Amino acid sequence: MELSKCSLEMLREMGLRSVEELFADVPKEVRTGGLKLPEGMSELELRRDLGMMLSSNRTSSARPCFLGAGVYNHFIPAAVKAVVSRSEFVTAYTPYQPEISQGMLQSLFEYQSYMAELTAMDVVNCSMYDASTALGEAVLMANRISGGDKFLISRAVSPEKKAVAALYARGADIKIIEVAYEPATGLVDLSDLKSKLTDGVSGFYFETPNFLGPIETRCGEIREVLGNRTMVVGVNPMALALLKPPGEAGADIVIGDAQVFGTPMNLGGPMIGIFGCKSDHVRKMPGRLIGMTTDLEGRRSFCMTLQTREQHIRRSKATSNICTNEALLAVTAAAYLAVVGRSGLRQIAAKNVENMKSLASRISAIKGFKAPHFKAPHFNEFVIKSDIPATKLHDELLMRGIQGGWILEGAFPELKHGTLCATTEMHTKQDHDRLLTVLEALR
Amino acid sequence: MRYHQAVHEVPVLFEGCEKAPAEGGFDPTVGGALPRELLRSELNLPDLAERDVVKHFTNLSQMNFGVDNGLYPLGSCTMKYNPKICDEVVSWSSVADIHPLQDPSTIQGALRLMYELERMLCEIGGVDAVTLQPAAGAHGEYTGIHLVRAYHEAKGETRKEIVLPDTAHGTNPASAAMVGYDVLELPSKEGCVDVEALKSSVSKDTAAFMLTNPNTLGIFEKDVVEIAGIVHDAGALLYYDGANLNAIMGKTSPGKMNFDIVHFNLHKTFATPHGGGGPGAGPVGVKSALQDFLPVPTIVFDGQKYSLDSSRPKSIGKVRAFFGNFAVMVRAYAYIKMQGGEGLQAASENAVLNSNYVKEKLKGDLELPYGNLRKHEFVLSGKSLKSKGVRTLDFGKRLLDYGYHAPTVYFPIIVDEAIMIEPTETETKETLDRFIEVCKTIIAEDPELLKAAPQNTARRRLDEAKAARDMIFSWRAYEKKSAGKG
Repeated sequence: MELSKCSLEMLREMGLRSVEELFADVPKEVRTGGLKLPEGMSELELRRDLGMMLSSNRTSSARPCFLGAGVYNHFIPAAVKAVVSRSEFVTAYTPYQPEISQGMLQSLFEYQSYMAELTAMDVVNCSMYDASTALGEAVLMANRISGGDKFLISRAVSPEKKAVAALYARGADIKIIEVAYEPATGLVDLSDLKSKLTDGVSGFYFETPNFLGPIETRCGEIREVLGNRTMVVGVNPMALALLKPPGEAGADIVIGDAQVFGTPMNLGGPMIGIFGCKSDHVRKMPGRLIGMTTDLEGRRSFCMTLQTREQHIRRSKATSNICTNEALLAVTAAAYLAVVGRSGLRQIAAKNVENMKSLASRISAIKGFKAPHFKAPHFNEFVIKSDIPATKLHDELLMRGIQGGWILEGAFPELKHGTLCATTEMHTKQDHDRLLTVLEALR
Repeated sequence: MRYHQAVHEVPVLFEGCEKAPAEGGFDPTVGGALPRELLRSELNLPDLAERDVVKHFTNLSQMNFGVDNGLYPLGSCTMKYNPKICDEVVSWSSVADIHPLQDPSTIQGALRLMYELERMLCEIGGVDAVTLQPAAGAHGEYTGIHLVRAYHEAKGETRKEIVLPDTAHGTNPASAAMVGYDVLELPSKEGCVDVEALKSSVSKDTAAFMLTNPNTLGIFEKDVVEIAGIVHDAGALLYYDGANLNAIMGKTSPGKMNFDIVHFNLHKTFATPHGGGGPGAGPVGVKSALQDFLPVPTIVFDGQKYSLDSSRPKSIGKVRAFFGNFAVMVRAYAYIKMQGGEGLQAASENAVLNSNYVKEKLKGDLELPYGNLRKHEFVLSGKSLKSKGVRTLDFGKRLLDYGYHAPTVYFPIIVDEAIMIEPTETETKETLDRFIEVCKTIIAEDPELLKAAPQNTARRRLDEAKAARDMIFSWRAYEKKSAGKG
């Protein structure tokens, strides 16, 4: 490649003839001599080619999609996108120099504040990669808090999360044991839980609402049953606009995903893992924490703190290896919550419940379909049981341009002909009608 | 050459928030769908006007420094300019509004993009297969070390130890420990791997050796082939930390250097913005012997359509839900497509040129330990400033006053008062010349100015000990503490 005038000038000033001299220390035997990649494109060509390539994706804006399972389609106000695309935020690194990074630091503190309030936890860190890795880290942290070599996880948890938790547990030689849910309600089976609380069990993870939709009604009893073992609760933070927070039920660790606050689905990434705990456990916690302090002139300021837990200081003794997290999504969540406000958030949450209730009852009114399958309160997701196989339902919907829910049978054989269906404030009555029309025709 | 960051008085969003305003007519049970005993009694979040929220975050952003504001020579972080087109394509509905569990027939474009990105990374890394699932560099390391463990276990071996040099990024030992390994840190010799020490350290207990090349001093480990031989002869694997890949594209590759596993930092080498700490993405590439262990699902192409393969019995499983940070992959894909092979090579050449240029101009003012030639970054020692009572920290803080982000400081630990500078390829000679001049000015300045720095930023030095002592991590905690005092 031809060198620019400036590059030539720099070489000349260094007394060199070519850039190649700067690579003299790379031995010949490891040289590759270029990359076999196509020639670069102009911005115009890229926009055209990439646009064409991606246009075959069928989006939730073009046709209704009833998938949830951890990733949800919610409305994003324009003001959220506008403030979060400020390039001072977008193009910054982790705020290692707090004096010049107060904007990011205060925004992250505000994210922590919103999450602490919603979950009623003492401390929430400034993000993990997603809920699945947050669960993996929670399993390890429970082990640090309570000791032991076993950890219990409710069966009513997404297979994706279970798989990730299993990997994190394997790394630490912790055994994961599943706890059943009650077939009728979908809630934690307390007697199964009790029977599995043997020696060496450090803690228990369950969700509310859980993966199959039911909102856990007996968090207090679970707390009692667990005694001083670590209680880890998974939440949908949007549901916490209405529901009792896990902190009130005595949770030791709370995890979840704040993607619902202003981040599009993006094929499931990036997401943003919520990770909160009681203040007693803060030194055992993974991830970055932003704390309030003052500067030389006594002005309120923010900085990263308790960094002695982290990899760049403690190396192999760190509480976690996490470095880059999902900071910009944390700012997004804070901006979203600021824009919609307390009343807006509660109204959006209520609209989700209303849509769930309406859709489920309309589905149940069709012969051959029942929803929700479980007798329990729900938020915005529920199981449909159909007389016909869930795969057939899925294919019929797809043929009519509708993306149905998630087929449960593979991961949950006990839920034969079961579909996990989500609906949010994004669905109109017409979207529901389109789904129901197909169901009507299938009965 | 004056710089002044904006200073706004921006209250925390919760400040002055009225407690639970009346919700006339609002039914939190939603017509009885939610039983009363499950409902929360209070939720102290502010109701704000959109106008005020926009003002709040706009003013906060002005108290933040990104690459778009100026030179960000933060060593090992590769803070290059992020082309705007890459952000724009991510805002398209065809990227934003797709769900990971959609029927594969409805996300063919997305699957193709990931498949092609995997192939391009294979070429750049000199590897046979890539997983895009890891969400960040450290997460890539974590994935890679799980692959190491699976590889040895499949051979019926339990090896207990990961070896790495003392110049390794902190994430390396932390990742190894999380996968259950003991970590052995080797002291470096003349800034490089001590080959003799490595020889005597590896054994049948060694699972892998982790290395970044060029290393964190910016020095190319020229004995890399011998190192690979020593590691492989012991039956161990060689892991490449891709944090420094920006130095070598098109010149050599981890695969060519006989590494078995490599992670890529899309948010460093491939120009995706860091977002103030994330999202990033840390794809992992492997040689064919390790391919079967990669996370599921893998993306396969039969010549007509793309599909997902989850039935891979030897796979380590999943490191993250779904596919990884897709929106970050789209940005990196766009960047690589626009650069092309020659463009990527030129990026590395210019990164190395810029780094050596700045080093040449500064090495007379601050000591450059261990030889002369560097790659994309270099580490100076600030120890000569100590006689004036000035520390590296002060030098870094003073740079802020001139409108530059500070370099990475006090890392790697083997250099006294380390100052690690990585200018990247996207800065012009003019910018570099000005930076060099400012560095020289600062070194000659009254030490008191350095110790009092920064003064032109939104805040002066922080009481970080107080933050650790007070442990105020939320507005809730702040109010509790204030109430306790009152």
